[in-house]
Amino acid sequence: MINKTKKNNRKLTKSDAIEAYKKMLLIRRFEEKAGQSYGLGQIGGFCHLYIGQEAVVVGLQMCIRDGDQVITTYRDHGHMLACGMSPDGVMAELYGRTDGYSKGKGGSMHMFSKEANFFGGHGIVGASVPLGTGLAFSNKYKKNKAVTLTYFGDGAANQGQVYESFNMAKLWELPCIYVIENNRYAMGTSVQRSSAQKDLSQRGISFGIEGEQVNGMDIESVIDAGKRAVTKVRNNGGPYILEMLTYRYRGHSMSDPAQYRTRDEVKEVREHSDPIESLKNLIIENNFLTEDKLQVLNAEIKQVVDQSAQFAADSPLPDPSELFVDVYQ
Amino acid sequence: MKTEVYMPAMSPSMTEGTLTKWLVKVGDHLKIGDPIAEIETDKASMEVESQIEGVISEFLVENGQDQIAVKTPIAIIETNTSTEKLKGKLFTNTIDDQPKKKIIKDRVIDQDKKQDKISVREAIRDALAEEMRRDKNVFVMGEEVAEYQGAYKVTQGLLQEFGASRVIDTPITENGFAGLAIGASFSGLKPVVEFMTFNFSLQAMDHIINSAAKTLYMGGGQLNCPIVFRGPNGAAARVAAQHSQDLTAWFSHIPGLKVISPFSARDHKGLLKAAIRDPNPVIFLENEILYSDQESIEEDNDDVISIGKAKILREGSDITLISHSISLKMCLEASKKLAKKNIDCEVLDLRTIKPLDTKAIISSIQKTNKCVVVEQGWSQCGVSSEIISVIMENAFDWLDAPVLRLTGKDVPMPYAENLENLALPSEDELIKIIESLFE
Repeated sequence: MINKTKKNNRKLTKSDAIEAYKKMLLIRRFEEKAGQSYGLGQIGGFCHLYIGQEAVVVGLQMCIRDGDQVITTYRDHGHMLACGMSPDGVMAELYGRTDGYSKGKGGSMHMFSKEANFFGGHGIVGASVPLGTGLAFSNKYKKNKAVTLTYFGDGAANQGQVYESFNMAKLWELPCIYVIENNRYAMGTSVQRSSAQKDLSQRGISFGIEGEQVNGMDIESVIDAGKRAVTKVRNNGGPYILEMLTYRYRGHSMSDPAQYRTRDEVKEVREHSDPIESLKNLIIENNFLTEDKLQVLNAEIKQVVDQSAQFAADSPLPDPSELFVDVYQ
Repeated sequence: MKTEVYMPAMSPSMTEGTLTKWLVKVGDHLKIGDPIAEIETDKASMEVESQIEGVISEFLVENGQDQIAVKTPIAIIETNTSTEKLKGKLFTNTIDDQPKKKIIKDRVIDQDKKQDKISVREAIRDALAEEMRRDKNVFVMGEEVAEYQGAYKVTQGLLQEFGASRVIDTPITENGFAGLAIGASFSGLKPVVEFMTFNFSLQAMDHIINSAAKTLYMGGGQLNCPIVFRGPNGAAARVAAQHSQDLTAWFSHIPGLKVISPFSARDHKGLLKAAIRDPNPVIFLENEILYSDQESIEEDNDDVISIGKAKILREGSDITLISHSISLKMCLEASKKLAKKNIDCEVLDLRTIKPLDTKAIISSIQKTNKCVVVEQGWSQCGVSSEIISVIMENAFDWLDAPVLRLTGKDVPMPYAENLENLALPSEDELIKIIESLFE
């Protein structure tokens, strides 16, 4: 039942590789900037950075088409940028400003864009799972052949509502791809210490939902598994599980003393499995772009991110009259 | 020896039923478990099974006889066996153990609409059917809403008319299906989620509050959640603490939710239609004991009643009684009795709890200058607390006496009949409280 991913020998096309590299780098630089701005007090509250996990969301986004939906939990900046939402709008929201996606009322964890088919941004662990299953339900109801990518983490994978959702998704054959981003730690508790069945791709077995573990640090593996999953779900209906084995370099949120893992562990992943470094090497080895061209690309992305921080800083705070707006439609 | 077969109580609140059809003839030999008659209550139709072995010797009620009280003998079975041996088997075949044995009488929605009088149950069902005909994005989801035809018969006939893709039986997983329905509403569908009772909504509270009520605001107005959660709320009969409670105040506390708690059949229909058309999440609180209450209603009445408007049920000049849902019955009864003592009560039906019709409350106080608020819910931070605050803030100078209230007692609902009665607000208590303001 569980298909362990075999590394695909087929290389990425030049354009896909460059596209993926640009998006992953954008997410990384954006998150680094967000971290800096947080340190300067420009961003408040919770701020869960996606650094290290970029290949997952960028790879899967390249497997879906217009009309497919994405929904995730609170570590959502990467998903939004991958969906094509503007860095300016996301950063302004992090800053709590009026030009943010949620007019400054949602913050890091609560942004949405109907245009980009991004349905949040949900702050409660596990909540994205029934909600995403509901989006898939609506696709089946409308017979529109769209699929839903429902992201959640290894921590949420232990929630009861996940299994209530698995049951209904299989019972009604809903076109839902459950993407478990296993970054090894639910806040500070490792999968080893929290989960009886540690192979999370097997969590659908008792419902008859197939799943596979994927090397989420490798964009090619992600795209390969993602394409197969999307084709299967779109053509045959019914849910599927992709467990993305990944890693976050930063803390759970901003004030994380990281006592639960060693510096060496983080260093090891950074040096040997970094998804952006690997893709960069692939691009150079295949002569898709030269080092010089990559430098230019880097500079361009840095400019986009700097611009987003400037845009956010320049955007006014929400008008006090906004306090009572949008409680009801 | 002769053994009597009794009219069984098939649910906690059943007091009488109709014997729609005998399924055996006099002289038939019966084994334990054989179906002998079809019984209909206001909630469901089902078969009565023989608890003993023997021969049917006499029918004591006829085919189609209605209003047969629970425990009335309905037939006599001649047995060869001593009943002593069978004692352990009596009452083992409860309805819940045998759900597959139930036979639901087919009823076609359009025929019902010809009735002059409509029950609350039918009013809700008609509202659902009319809105489903009007908008293909409206669908019904919940436990036993389809094949079973509704645990309280509310969704009867909907599956037959709209099919299984729009009338959907769910597993018993409230958190999961509430979240799923909210997700479906995010992409433009209009789910009507039935909680078999609102007691079970507590399992889904996180999604109702955190996912449904707040998303519009958190997203700066981008994503709305047009969903209705409906089902019976408040005290039922003899089902004890976990299945008998009024949660109105819980929901009314939450910005982003609308909360409706109607009383009359007409209001159930008109307000449910409004709730389904509303672009916001709406909590629609019904009451099991009101389901069979009837009201005259015009044929093809498809009026939509605005959310947020209270209604004066009885005009009066001496005191205002403010309440919602089933407690209004008590207010109307008490008003009749007090009229004989020259106390003229005005009865205000809130209909919507959130948004509250403060204007109607204030203008009634300005007229009567006295007020008692009545609710089944608990007093602390209850609906009555809120209404009294509204009156204090807006109509203090108009008051001739302190505003008093009658609420459910601050205890979990007990099972014993006498204690249950004590836990709930009573008419006697209400009359005493009102009279205390005229001493």
